[in-house]
Amino acid sequence: MTPARLDITQPETWPNRRVEDWRWTDVARVLREAPPPSPQASVEPGGPFAGLGGDELAVVNGRAPADARIIADGPGQVARLRFVSATDGTGHQARIIIEVKPGADLLLLESQEGAAAGYVANHILDIDVGAGGRLTRIVLAADAADALAFTRADVTMGGHAAFAQTVLTTGAKLQRIETRVSHPGKGASVRLDGLYLLSGERHADATSEVDHTGLDGQTSQLTKGVVRERGRGVFQGRIIVREGADGTDARMGHHALILGDRGEVDAKPELEIYADDVACAHGNTVGALDEMALFYLRSRGVPEAEARALLTEAFLGEALDRIEREDVREVCRAWLAERLSSPPPSSGAERGRGTTRRVVEGAAQSAAPDLAPSTASRSPSPAGGGGEER
Amino acid sequence: MLSISNLSVSVGDKPILKGLSLDVPSGEVHAVMGPNGAGKSTLGYTLAGRPGYEVTGGTAAMLGEDLLALEPEERAARGLFLSFQYPLEIPGVPALTFLRTALNAQRRARGEAEATAPEFLKLVRAKAAELRIDMEMLKRPLNVGFSGGEKKRMEVLQMAVLAPRLLILDETDSGLDIDALKIVADGVNALRSPDRAMVVITHYQRLLDYIRPDRVHVLAGGRIAASGGPELALELEAGGYDRYGAAA
Repeated sequence: MTPARLDITQPETWPNRRVEDWRWTDVARVLREAPPPSPQASVEPGGPFAGLGGDELAVVNGRAPADARIIADGPGQVARLRFVSATDGTGHQARIIIEVKPGADLLLLESQEGAAAGYVANHILDIDVGAGGRLTRIVLAADAADALAFTRADVTMGGHAAFAQTVLTTGAKLQRIETRVSHPGKGASVRLDGLYLLSGERHADATSEVDHTGLDGQTSQLTKGVVRERGRGVFQGRIIVREGADGTDARMGHHALILGDRGEVDAKPELEIYADDVACAHGNTVGALDEMALFYLRSRGVPEAEARALLTEAFLGEALDRIEREDVREVCRAWLAERLSSPPPSSGAERGRGTTRRVVEGAAQSAAPDLAPSTASRSPSPAGGGGEER
Repeated sequence: MLSISNLSVSVGDKPILKGLSLDVPSGEVHAVMGPNGAGKSTLGYTLAGRPGYEVTGGTAAMLGEDLLALEPEERAARGLFLSFQYPLEIPGVPALTFLRTALNAQRRARGEAEATAPEFLKLVRAKAAELRIDMEMLKRPLNVGFSGGEKKRMEVLQMAVLAPRLLILDETDSGLDIDALKIVADGVNALRSPDRAMVVITHYQRLLDYIRPDRVHVLAGGRIAASGGPELALELEAGGYDRYGAAA
């Protein structure tokens, strides 16, 4: 059922816009030939979550120790998983197995660290959360502006398991962070949250699918996005409720602001319901900052730029409120605040690297895709809508 | 304090204010009354600098300085405060954060030292207690889920903390029951002082039983149609606005 995985060494696996699930993230358009493989490299221990403890697993240029897997077999475990891209103009991929044993509890602090220009990274996680287990996955994705970065997590769960995820990203030339959850119902719960903050010509694609196959499953999803300048945000969220998955409770929200006059947001929230007695809802909005709220703050003496920043941070911050651990939430808030106050370089060209063009060619012009179910671009008036089915 | 001369304002090409003149000296409270649609809220928004409110003629000055040339935040830093008829809900921004951001932005703009966290909290605690506002409420996002009365008390708390020189109260009594009205009026009255001035915009005379004006003006057809002492408000209550040609 799950679609084939992307392999950067195999051009036949590179989707183009004619593949429905990739219509807004056209890999074949920017990846013309397999990149030269990244060499072995190493990094100092650290990363954005270094202050939160736990064991560190660093996957540098796609290279991990041979038996690289993260296994949690008890309560209160913390692991830091770092994906570091360290070499300009090269490509790498890695697959990591994460296993949370029944009843165990893992906080997975994952970082995508772009420490080079023009790389192609492809990371795959196979995650299993055993019955009654809990996994909280936090992702901070800081890729280079001219990088291509793909992350995909396939998640399986046991009964009464809990999977909670929060992804923060600033995008890349082309970036996709994909999460596919096979939801067993049986009292299991899924929370899939995220935020994207895009400047320059950065692109971020948050794609997810939660497939409810059993009774009484819960899913709650909230993604918030802000697009500045010529950034492009993509949200594709699909929740499937299979026949027999009665009692499912699934909520999905995606809300984005377009702050520049050339930004774009494409959203496709989907509910596929084949069961009875379910409570499912989705809401999707794309708009501009509330001008009246902005005036209210200014009328109290807050300068316009500061007022905009405050409202923007508050808008995105809603996606972080649901992170349970306060110290983790604070790291995420600080990460966001830093990026709100100093936008990342808007172009890889600023790094002055020449090697990137060979691998990655053609600037991603933001041509609006045709027949977009919910596309807002250049005219940041409130658009989109919501729906509810019972 | 406030000197408005022959002010004309359009919103989306529609003329609303048509040559309004009004002087409010320091130490005085002036009521501006008028029928719906007369331009009362437009007056408040224009003085505060709301985008889209285009001044097509006339002047407005505060303590001799041209207000209309200033950005909204500059007007605030110089001591202008508009209490909104419908205070905005600001999701994600706790009321305390909002207050401190505003206070310190104003202080920075005036070249004053910012309030430290303890100074700020001491100030807010004292003012909140007077207005019977629970400090827990101030940890919640500003006005989100607040009742009408709570929102208006938050407006008065902002006034008390920011200590403006010129206060414009736009329909501050709307949505208040009598108990809430008394609390709000007490808060406003506590701010009366010889070096402050207030413009109380209201449709009904009721608020003026609690905030006693020195002068009353009738705003109709986009200009001040009549002015008088407090007794004018009672006449309006009895006779209505009809004689001023509401739709002029």
